[in-house]
Amino acid sequence: MNSRSVEILVGVFMALFLAAMAFLVLKASNLTSLSGNQGYELSAYFENIGGLRARAPVTAGGVRVGQVSRIEYDAETFQAKVTLSIDEQYSSFPEDTTASIYTAGLLGEQYIGLEPGAEDVVLMPNDEITLTQSALVLERLIGQVLLNR
Amino acid sequence: MIDLFARFGRSWLQLFERLGRAHLFLMQIIIGLPALFGRWYLLIKQLYATGVMTLLIILVSGLFVGMVLALQGYNSLVRFSAEEALGQFVALVLFRELAPVLTALLFAGRAGSAMTSEIGLMKATEQLAGLEMMAVDPYQRVYAPRLLAGFIAVPALTAMFGAVAILGGHLVGVEMLGVDAGAYWSQMQSEVSFRHDVLSGMLKALVFGFVICWIAIFEGADCIPTSEGVSSATTHTVVYSSLAVLGLDFVLTALMF
Repeated sequence: MNSRSVEILVGVFMALFLAAMAFLVLKASNLTSLSGNQGYELSAYFENIGGLRARAPVTAGGVRVGQVSRIEYDAETFQAKVTLSIDEQYSSFPEDTTASIYTAGLLGEQYIGLEPGAEDVVLMPNDEITLTQSALVLERLIGQVLLNR
Repeated sequence: MIDLFARFGRSWLQLFERLGRAHLFLMQIIIGLPALFGRWYLLIKQLYATGVMTLLIILVSGLFVGMVLALQGYNSLVRFSAEEALGQFVALVLFRELAPVLTALLFAGRAGSAMTSEIGLMKATEQLAGLEMMAVDPYQRVYAPRLLAGFIAVPALTAMFGAVAILGGHLVGVEMLGVDAGAYWSQMQSEVSFRHDVLSGMLKALVFGFVICWIAIFEGADCIPTSEGVSSATTHTVVYSSLAVLGLDFVLTALMF
């Protein structure tokens, strides 16, 4: 083994290390949200978001069209403000689109489902989705069943 | 009876003597480390011998460990219909425990034993004495590059192990068992913290790499210079460094998580 090929192989080794670290940073953990998907943002206010988290999927008709980019608490309206990042190619949601928080499976992760309405006016970037439906909180549901008995 | 006590005491004295010698040895290597500046080819040669030569076994084991984790995790999680959490499960188990520990154990078996037998043979064939005769300090020339190479190689191999294992988990979980690909990645990204999980695992790997190379180099330099001595030193390296890795893993886990 001459010293040149040793050097090349060690260089490849260190490059693989950097590639692995980049993979761990960008794909497998939450250091940044530099996932590179260009899109536009919509916001929606919810009474209760349940267990929704940033980077949860946003679906329409079951198809993933974007992701939750931010969740904040709005101290003025006492509601949770969820910012959705929708992929660019899905840019024609009607103004009366409903956003609801659903759970995948009984204990699965929560996601936002969009149900398009019938209006002709389309939601523009940074618009607010006014029709929302909060997450189903299991304890609250059980409480209601017990009280209405 | 007295003889028994004497033998008992002697073995303890020998143990402490060896422990003290190992620490003094480490100090001398660390003092020798700055001599590496300007002599990077020594380090690169050792990085090749430890890192590159261990790469293949690490990648193959990583792939299979990821696949097994996905299979076992899926079978347990699907009972609670929580199979979406598979990505999170695989990534957390890997970054926190399996990637650093398994990499360190494989590294001890593959590179640590080679290091001990190489240095042991250098001692047995009086190459180390020859270096000293030529006023070349073996601490600077032989031991320091090996210690630094292990210090760099083990974290690097750990990162690669983790990355390949996650891809292996994806292969089994998503491609074979039909977990949703978006859920696999999004659960992983939302639950795995880079600082707490990935970097803590890397810190573990750094400590393991340091300890394994320390043990390997010391066992080699301290062996009885016969063929039997070299072989028993090599065995000791694997046994002691495996025990040290597992013991330190407990301590580090208790401290970090």
